[in-house]
Amino acid sequence: MGLEEKLPSGFVLTTVEQAAGWVRKSSVFPATFGLACCAIEMMTTGAGRYDLARFGMEVFRGSPRQADLMIVAGRVSQKMAPVLRQVYDQMPNPKWVISMGVCASSGGMFNNYAIVQGVDHIVPVDIYLPGCPPRPEMLMDAILKLHQKIQSSKLGVNAEEAAREAEDAALKALPLIEMKGLLR
Amino acid sequence: MSDEQNSNGVPAPRDETGEVIGVRKGMFGANNGGDTSGYGGLVRTVTLPGATPRPYGGWFDEVADELEGALEEQDLLPENAIEKTVVDRGELTFHIAREHLPTVARTLRDDPALRFELCTGVSGVHFLGDKGRELHAVYHLRSITHGRLIRLEVSAPDSDPHVPSLVAVYPTNDWHERETYDFFGLIFDGHPALTRIMMPDDWQGFPQRKDYPLGGIAVEYKGAQIPAPDQRRSYS
Amino acid sequence: MTTPHATPRATTEGTVYTVTGGDWDEVVESAVKSDDERIIVNMGPQHPSTHGVLRLILEIDGETVTEARCGIGYLHTGIEKNLEFRNWTQGTTFVTRMDYLTPFFNETAYCLGVEKLLGIEDQIPDRATVLRVLLMELNRISSHLVCIATGGMELGATTIMIYGFRDRELVLDLFELITGLRMNHAFVRPGGLAQDLPPGAVDQLREFVKTMKKNLPEYDKLATGNPIFKARMQDVGYLDLTGCMALGATGPILRSAGLPHDLRKTDPYCGYETYEFDVPTADSCDAYGRFLIRLEEMRQSLRIIEQCIDRLAPGPVMVADKKIAWPAQLALGPDGLGNSLDHIKKIMGTSMEALIHHFKLVTEGFRVPAGQTYTAVESPKGELGVHVVSDGGTRPYRVHFRDPSFTNLQAMAAMCEGGQVADVIVAVASIDPVMGGVDR
Repeated sequence: MGLEEKLPSGFVLTTVEQAAGWVRKSSVFPATFGLACCAIEMMTTGAGRYDLARFGMEVFRGSPRQADLMIVAGRVSQKMAPVLRQVYDQMPNPKWVISMGVCASSGGMFNNYAIVQGVDHIVPVDIYLPGCPPRPEMLMDAILKLHQKIQSSKLGVNAEEAAREAEDAALKALPLIEMKGLLR
Repeated sequence: MSDEQNSNGVPAPRDETGEVIGVRKGMFGANNGGDTSGYGGLVRTVTLPGATPRPYGGWFDEVADELEGALEEQDLLPENAIEKTVVDRGELTFHIAREHLPTVARTLRDDPALRFELCTGVSGVHFLGDKGRELHAVYHLRSITHGRLIRLEVSAPDSDPHVPSLVAVYPTNDWHERETYDFFGLIFDGHPALTRIMMPDDWQGFPQRKDYPLGGIAVEYKGAQIPAPDQRRSYS
Repeated sequence: MTTPHATPRATTEGTVYTVTGGDWDEVVESAVKSDDERIIVNMGPQHPSTHGVLRLILEIDGETVTEARCGIGYLHTGIEKNLEFRNWTQGTTFVTRMDYLTPFFNETAYCLGVEKLLGIEDQIPDRATVLRVLLMELNRISSHLVCIATGGMELGATTIMIYGFRDRELVLDLFELITGLRMNHAFVRPGGLAQDLPPGAVDQLREFVKTMKKNLPEYDKLATGNPIFKARMQDVGYLDLTGCMALGATGPILRSAGLPHDLRKTDPYCGYETYEFDVPTADSCDAYGRFLIRLEEMRQSLRIIEQCIDRLAPGPVMVADKKIAWPAQLALGPDGLGNSLDHIKKIMGTSMEALIHHFKLVTEGFRVPAGQTYTAVESPKGELGVHVVSDGGTRPYRVHFRDPSFTNLQAMAAMCEGGQVADVIVAVASIDPVMGGVDR
């Protein structure tokens, strides 16, 4: 994005990573992307009792251009999928995606013609949050886990290396269907 | 069926005059491969409740008389317009010949003794086994004035899926008819803009017809695969 | 296909169409030549002020909306089709997710339909019916609260949103206590309810009624007489009785036009004819009238809830017919809700017939005689009708929901055309469409 990506690897870069991560995680701006039941729980999380403002996230941005977190809250239909991708593309980097609820994560109980079986077919997902719908506490937990991830995210050459490692690990990973043992 | 049975909520007796919508063979839904249950020879026909003879009971007779009278006034023979009348589970259903549907609906709405001013939309049903009348459009009309509810049912064959539109009579049916077109491919002649409403504009096929698959995918677990709900073994 | 915007071109792979946007110079030229300020604004499907994924297409001349159209279907879930591949009892799990703000109404309407097809309406225990009414009225309060809260937020009134969600939490606490879930309960089942009230629920219900009686006047203080609120809502979203009847609008929209049509009074179900409550109406036909009606309906719901609590008599909550009653014996175990240990002991240890019966009921479900029925309940949004068709099998042949949000949303064009752009938001908020119900 900026100058920080051009830094050479070394302790300067890791220090900047720490600082940038701390700043970024302290003020995440979610885009309002409420789709279905989960959107109501997402609104509840922002309201009085659960008070997302404690984590610096009370401002839900209507415009994707001012947001860096997309909480996909609900089932994504085939008709909505292109819209969702466009909203994602409009968000500036760095950006993160939480797939809230089983419908967004895997299609859930709606295994049919109308629903995209997992929003990760369309956008890269950082946190999968189960539940139908997840309780506000669960959403807050997912957000805190995302904060940890943002805090430890890499910059510049370190980011490239981390991406390469992740790709290698993904290529080596055993496909689900070839795994043996109990269903857990 | 008498009125006493209606009020008790007992379903109408199944007679042979009913509308056959399918034939079921064997048990446990084993329609592909061998049936090892020992019930392979079991054959049952599935029929919907057939026509009910007069009297229908309660206010049903009054509505039927008024409707027939009002149709006759418009030089339309009631037996041409109304194919049959069914009373089942305390509900009155008129099966209407599709070409006369707008006339009947307008009469039901405008006649002061009938006055069914609220239409609660149209619901499509696809009976694959009802040969020649596969597609049914079901309308529920509510009379706020008299506190009554009746059902109109129209059918069309798959080869000619046309039903006259009721938007001119009940403007509320605008979206309902678009939805039924979207899901069942029933074409409502005379609708001002019959386009898809739920599915994307470029969608192929009509997803809620019985010959359209559910479209689910197999779900993978650790070392196992569970087929989509419509691919699993089922009980018919 | 021969349109000027898609020229065909033959290739080895077949005909290829090149879609172009036409000649932009001409478009620009004609736009410059025309002296009006007509533009087309596309709001949504992802827009903070349109409830959920509703797309509004507005043709605007200056600040005036000359034409308004809705684009829906962005949340189409295929629930009606999915139902056809599950048994009758599993159906409640799907229908509860249709209009996710009114789960108990969806469940009850569906179950009333299935019970009518089975012919067991008279065998439903009284306690189950009273509890259904209780849950529905609690649900009416929570649904209206969300309507008022989000409607207020769309006007820029954040305080009322905080108020609404604060009080909704109180209702959800009760739902969680009674059903175990905050939303999407699947608690009403064909034949009765999944479970009886847990201990202490009645006390909490009484406490809730007391708290709500204290909290509801706060909405009056904050909004009812508020001049800004009134200026934004009065005479906005106007739809008179003729328009309502033609467009099939029901619920608060119809009652704001002065017609006291409420299915609980005109076509009672679940014994509503034995409860004392009023049907509020307004004669203003506008968004403000609908707001007042929703507030008053919440007070009436509290009245009904009090009567329900007084009526609760001990007894079963599931029909006695073991061929239909499922779940049979539920209990809260260490790993969540499931079959009670006693029941499992009985079917596994003592009676093989009971085990076979349990297996058949759970895997196959019960059969419903062929036929069709239409049942309607008064949901917070209007007439929620369910058309259930059975072919005599263990699964629904067709279930169609006539959702009030879907029908009422058609009135959007009639309410908005000729008004200001800012009033579109108010009009849509006063319709209170929930896209889960609209698209299903």
